[in-house]
Amino acid sequence: MPIVIENMSHVYQPGSPFKADALTDISLTVNDGELLALIGHTGSGKSTLAQHLNGLLQPTSGRVLVDGRDINEKGADRRALRQRVGLLFQYAEYQLFEETVYKDIAFGPKNQGLTGEELDKRVREAFALVHLPEETLEKSPFELSGGQMRRVALAGVLAMNPGVLVLDEPIAGLDPKGRDELMQIINELHEKGVTIVLISHNMDDVARMATCVAVLDKGHLAMFGTPREVFSRGDELNAMGLDVPQTVQLCRELRKGGLQVPDCLTDEELADAIALALKGGNVNA
Amino acid sequence: MDEIILQASNVSYAYDEEGAPALQDVSLSFRAGEMTAVLGHNGSGKSTLAKLLNGLYIPTEGKVTVCGMDTADETQTWNIRRNAGMVFQNPDNQLVASIVRDDVAFGLENTGVPTEEMPARIEEALKQVGMLPFIDRGPHTLSGGQKQRIAIAGVLAMLPKALILDESTAMLDPKGRREVFDTVERLNREKGITVIWITHFMEEAARCRRAIVMHKGKVAMDGTPQEVFSRVEELRAMRLDVPPMANLACLLREKGVDVPHHVMDVEGMAQEVLKCRS
Amino acid sequence: MLKDITLGQFYPVDSFVHRLDPRVKIILTFAFIVGVFLGGGLTAYLPVIAFIYVAAKMAHLPIKMLMKGIKPLRFILIFTFVLNLFFTGGDTVLVKAWFIVITKEGLMTAIRFSARLVFLVTGASLLTLTTSPVVLTDGLERLLSPLRKIGFPAHELAMMMTIALRFIPTLLEEADKIMKAQMARGADFESGNILQRAKAMIPLLVPLFVSAFRRAGDLAMAMESRCYHGSEGRTRMRVLKVTKNDYVAALAVAVMIALTCVM
Repeated sequence: MPIVIENMSHVYQPGSPFKADALTDISLTVNDGELLALIGHTGSGKSTLAQHLNGLLQPTSGRVLVDGRDINEKGADRRALRQRVGLLFQYAEYQLFEETVYKDIAFGPKNQGLTGEELDKRVREAFALVHLPEETLEKSPFELSGGQMRRVALAGVLAMNPGVLVLDEPIAGLDPKGRDELMQIINELHEKGVTIVLISHNMDDVARMATCVAVLDKGHLAMFGTPREVFSRGDELNAMGLDVPQTVQLCRELRKGGLQVPDCLTDEELADAIALALKGGNVNA
Repeated sequence: MDEIILQASNVSYAYDEEGAPALQDVSLSFRAGEMTAVLGHNGSGKSTLAKLLNGLYIPTEGKVTVCGMDTADETQTWNIRRNAGMVFQNPDNQLVASIVRDDVAFGLENTGVPTEEMPARIEEALKQVGMLPFIDRGPHTLSGGQKQRIAIAGVLAMLPKALILDESTAMLDPKGRREVFDTVERLNREKGITVIWITHFMEEAARCRRAIVMHKGKVAMDGTPQEVFSRVEELRAMRLDVPPMANLACLLREKGVDVPHHVMDVEGMAQEVLKCRS
Repeated sequence: MLKDITLGQFYPVDSFVHRLDPRVKIILTFAFIVGVFLGGGLTAYLPVIAFIYVAAKMAHLPIKMLMKGIKPLRFILIFTFVLNLFFTGGDTVLVKAWFIVITKEGLMTAIRFSARLVFLVTGASLLTLTTSPVVLTDGLERLLSPLRKIGFPAHELAMMMTIALRFIPTLLEEADKIMKAQMARGADFESGNILQRAKAMIPLLVPLFVSAFRRAGDLAMAMESRCYHGSEGRTRMRVLKVTKNDYVAALAVAVMIALTCVM
């Protein structure tokens, strides 16, 4: 289920003295099965862009197409169309409200009109995806740890059976264990074929997982390409206040020192490249 | 220089009588001017440790002293908290007033500092965290990193010997994280303030002089970051990260590239790898 | 609608009125309101209008800003006016049609009551527009502190106001975020009858309360670690001093009250 953004702009409070351009002329396509990483520093428009993907915000100009249909077009079944895109907010654990985890996960699909066995199946399927112990279903969400609550919130979004999943900084504030568990779930969803848009500050994660990267800077789409292409433009990223992954930083340092290694995105790849380059170096010497 | 500022001797702490203790027989001392990182995943007892170190909690067993004062001695409570200032995780939940100046004044007012002394101390504290230009702003107009720096200023104004920061960068973006860490690191370096830096971010721990790993209410490791991060397998078993370069060093050694255990940062790693060339 | 309410909003400029001692301003505002109610005839309102105009000019407040505060009250105003107009008995009948009787007395009462309401709100707006909430709280605490002797929690009340002021923007932002998050899960806050709408608020209100309690717990811990222990032995950063300007302001209010009584 591809998402196409066409010349989209968003202006906050147009016509007032507080008018502000949040997004300017953004065009990009997310194809089926991709994992798009959306990066940019705070205030660059990432969250605003994310909220356009399921109609929470409407573009001032331009269009958002899901499955080839404009999600803001009058007459079309906008509600159903928008729900094809699931959005997990930052610190999503703070949206839980029901007495039990089960009921909370059921909130979304219930709003879609599901009942009975169908609803039950949806809830259990979604719950299975987030790897929590079975007995959690009947617990109050407020008894769980922060990381577990966030996974329940994710299950609540997954229960709506979205074709595209938009995750706004899903690991912010978690401990290393919580981060690992959540990133693994995201990886599994991606492998199952769910299209994912991931907003992240963690460049090492982006390098490891993304199939394409969009860089936002002051509301403009500054770069769009594969992680390798984007991270090879380190100086430009630095100028926007963004880091490059440590692996790429090291490759740059090594090349400065005269050791020819290509830009690598994972530790494993880099270790191989260094070992190879060093052997090559020895042969030449 | 070697004066011990904070000391925990055989400290145990339980939140309630039935439950497992959050901290078990922990003994640690922190010397003046030290900057120590405390690592460990949620529930490892590191936050409990922080709250014991400034008298918010009183040990169930054992003893905690701050500048020689026993935290169990109720007559010293305010002296203890003034000397061991604490900064918390959520930048939105620790500022009290809706104007920066008033917020920094809060601790001074509480400890009965004479009114005439306040303006100079408030301005000095804000200057030290680089937030003086924001003195008349409202906290809701500031970024997360800026709010945390205001919280630090509020503590600094009380002229503490030690700063305890309980995951104060956990909710910040990379820029805010750097702002706050650099500020605290500079205060440690220039003013000699003892720092306890509780964090989940290994890159930050790598920049401290000492690192302590907490696990299941006990001290699992205590040493320089180089020593701690060279124990990659043990850290992984505790479900903790290792800094990316320490992980890479591990992989390189498996491939026969002989880089030492203790490299923490990109520059160090580049030098070591380039050394292997000859 | 919410943004129309100027009562409680601060207009941050520097002026003679802004610099007045908040305690004096609070007392004078009460005196002003009393003065407005003392005035009987319509001519008595001339000095009130003049006073408001001069005060607003001296405070560099746009009159429009002051008037905006009345807007949310327009229904109450119309209601008061109509009620007094139709239901006040009198001898001089002005209009008589079907069952409607409007008397001269009725008209006068209607105007008087509406005018008082307008002045009341403008007077209070004048105070809040020219006094930052922090200073206002401070002034209130110190005005009320003599009552501490009879057990009135002046300091605690002021501290609560301070905290409420500090957290209103934070909680508004949070409410907006939770609302969006639930909308993304298909929640509908806009359609249905009153009962359905009230029920639809649960997914917003529960998380908001849970979060407010969590914040309160965090804040209590942070305040304790910053040595907060009530008003005992507490010093204050802000010094309140009654200056010559405050006497001038008091005199101006006194003159206005005297004029309303005479006219």
